[in-house]
Amino acid sequence: MARAQAGDHHGFAQLYSLHKRRIYSLCLRMVGSVAEAEDLTQEAFLQLHRKIATFRGDSAFSTWLHRLAVNVVLMHLRRKGLKLISLDEAMEPAPDERPGRSFGAQDPTLAGAIDRMALESAIACLPAGYRLIFILHDVEGYEHNEIASMLDCSIGNSKSQLHKARMRLRAALRKSPRTEARQ
Amino acid sequence: MTGDPKILTCADFQDQLPDLIGSGENIAAHPHIQSCALCRALVDDLETIAAAARQLFPVAEPPDELWKQIEMAIQDEEGSSGQG
Repeated sequence: MARAQAGDHHGFAQLYSLHKRRIYSLCLRMVGSVAEAEDLTQEAFLQLHRKIATFRGDSAFSTWLHRLAVNVVLMHLRRKGLKLISLDEAMEPAPDERPGRSFGAQDPTLAGAIDRMALESAIACLPAGYRLIFILHDVEGYEHNEIASMLDCSIGNSKSQLHKARMRLRAALRKSPRTEARQ
Repeated sequence: MTGDPKILTCADFQDQLPDLIGSGENIAAHPHIQSCALCRALVDDLETIAAAARQLFPVAEPPDELWKQIEMAIQDEEGSSGQG
């Protein structure tokens, strides 16, 4: 780290090697496209290179870099014109959003276990706004107040979007053959 | 689900669910959950999804060429700032 901060090329290459999987996976999950994830990973590490001298160690380096990468992705999504909290998505009725009205005795539950690949695939199929909040909160561990600040929305909105994302995932996973195999 | 007006309907309970889950409150102890198998199954599923998401580790490996591209971009930036 100190070597990279001092401008040492090998030190920076080592930082890349240590953190590339986490940053690339984050970008890939957030945007759902390999080509965009590669571009965003590159942009995140370029920004890291520009800013690394300003890292003062007030937080863990991995947390600092992670937040930097999230901001790179959010900037990219805003440039693409994506409303990060989409009213359209919020208004669109999610399948099985009210299980009390559609959930019958024959419907499968998740039985306390979910196949990782089935979950990854269901996340990838979420509408962009839902996917973003779900990944930031449930996968990456950000709190609602942090997400509200990042996305410039209310904490209530963040909670509500997360809930809708989970409801959609539940509906998708209940239909998934991998999940049904567990029933 | 019951005739007790103090206990919420499923629709009312589910409307409150985003806030209940976000509050960190013990939802299993909620009166509606105690009496409604349907909503208990829903909450169990949502908790299962959240727990599974926390177990998702970084799995994707960027292509090897990406580092070469980053190196070249860094050299370009350093070159242009050196000239400026």
